[in-house]
Amino acid sequence: MRESFWQKILKFYLPLALFIIFLLFPFYWMFNTSLKPMKELYNLKLNPFYIHNPTLANVKTLLFETIFFRWMFNTFFVAILSTAISLSTSLLAAYAIQRLKFKTSGPTGLVIFFGYLIPPTILFIPLATIIFDLKLWDSLWSLVLVYPTFLIPFCTWLLMGYFKSIPKEMEECAMIDGASRLRVFWRIIIPLCLPGIFSAGIFAFTLSWNEFLYALAFISTTESKTAPIGLVTELVRGDVYHWGPLMTGALFASVPVALVYSFFVEHYVAGLTGALKE
Amino acid sequence: MQPTIEKGGWLREKFSDLLENRHFLGFLLVAPAEAILLIFLAYPFILGLWLGFTDTLVGRKGEFIGFDNYISLLKDSTFWMVTYNTFLYTIVAVIFKAIMGFALAIVLNRDFKAKGLVRAIILLPWIIPTALSAIAFWWLYDSTFSAISWTLIKTGLLNHKIDFLGDPTNARLSLIVANIWRGIPFFTIGLLAGLQTIDPTLYEAASIDGAGAWKRFRRITLPLILPLMAVITTFSTIWTFGDFQLVWVITKGGPANATHLFGTLSFQRAIPGGHFGEGAAISNFILPILVFCILISFKYLRRED
Repeated sequence: MRESFWQKILKFYLPLALFIIFLLFPFYWMFNTSLKPMKELYNLKLNPFYIHNPTLANVKTLLFETIFFRWMFNTFFVAILSTAISLSTSLLAAYAIQRLKFKTSGPTGLVIFFGYLIPPTILFIPLATIIFDLKLWDSLWSLVLVYPTFLIPFCTWLLMGYFKSIPKEMEECAMIDGASRLRVFWRIIIPLCLPGIFSAGIFAFTLSWNEFLYALAFISTTESKTAPIGLVTELVRGDVYHWGPLMTGALFASVPVALVYSFFVEHYVAGLTGALKE
Repeated sequence: MQPTIEKGGWLREKFSDLLENRHFLGFLLVAPAEAILLIFLAYPFILGLWLGFTDTLVGRKGEFIGFDNYISLLKDSTFWMVTYNTFLYTIVAVIFKAIMGFALAIVLNRDFKAKGLVRAIILLPWIIPTALSAIAFWWLYDSTFSAISWTLIKTGLLNHKIDFLGDPTNARLSLIVANIWRGIPFFTIGLLAGLQTIDPTLYEAASIDGAGAWKRFRRITLPLILPLMAVITTFSTIWTFGDFQLVWVITKGGPANATHLFGTLSFQRAIPGGHFGEGAAISNFILPILVFCILISFKYLRRED
């Protein structure tokens, strides 16, 4: 059943090209807008798909007239810490649930999984009152504490899948040789699961980098904002939209996620599909 | 000195014996994760149910007021419009995401050059922070300087600019398109993984028996992919129903509350508005759908085991 050239174009290249144009167009638009001077953005006579007078003025405005670097640092700070907390606790939990099969491991795994399904839109108001009582209002630490609520269920679920794939015999042999359970976990399970731990870490990092609702609800000081919140709330003042710097910021703030992602895309896909299959 | 050391040794031994007990060790290892989830997930979940029955304001403890929040919401025409919006947004967006995501997965389910690169590109809308890509849509939907309007006018398809975000119907559709754009990759990559596990000999056998492309799709692909499709659709439904960022960035619920979802309306009433009780009551309307979806996913996850 060889396809002819035209069949292949019709059934493969054409639909693929249409999908790719649709999926990439907003990114091209960010890039395009970020390089245009203000005058060109508001000139309807010019073709908007083409950059007539490319400029770096928007980059300058973004970097020197806003505290964009600070926002980026804040986002990093929160993402790294919450990922570290979530990854370490999930690792222990996933091992316990999947390998130790303790008395209530089945229900525990299920409950943790359902935790992932609860949308932040239900939780942010009660969490706001808790953050208020803890005196963490307007502090980045509130986000470090709250992000694990969606990272732990996700990482645990993903790691459970990895633990499942390791043959039980390896553990049993080591234990017959007299190694303690914790030693087996540390010396055998963790090294074997490094790819899984890696995918979980990448996922957790991108998820916390992308978080929006909690950061918007709990943080109000300009200096403490994360990058997405800072851009959306500080570069739109009243009715004045700074489209150029806004797009430049959107592009720059996407770079860390895009970089992490492009290097580890295989892990990412494995993580996503692994989480679905389990 | 001697006896205390011995006693310590005995305790240590007892403890390491305990660590070999898988039930004890299991509880111990799960404890840190459970503690965090208990304090910041389970407790707020219950607290949210309670807050819906109180008149809590920001910074002030509220009192129990029974169903007052819910009754006043049910009398509020804005709330009914928001309910309608949330369902419209979810149903239309999920259906299109499922169909288009599945179509793209089928297109990609073959060997071709640059397979990895194409897959990486396709996932971009999913991994780039939604709030940031929403900014791009916001500008694309500008009433005066939209590139979409420009193109349609230049090609002669239209003789006036489209008021994307100023007209309620247009604004709703614009948001749905943005949501579909963001959600397609999740369906595609998930379903592609499922398609790749289908044994190709099934198709060969069916072809030999004279089954056409459509029949092979109906009788082989569809039934085998359905359980996975159900799980992915459930996830997507929950996320879409509880969506916040796209709407908040692009329209802030406007024009005149026409595009609010449960999530954005509860945010508006609770955070800038300060009415925590009322906000909690609104977001609690997400719960029935959540429970429904969890029951469905539970059923399918069970079946796969």
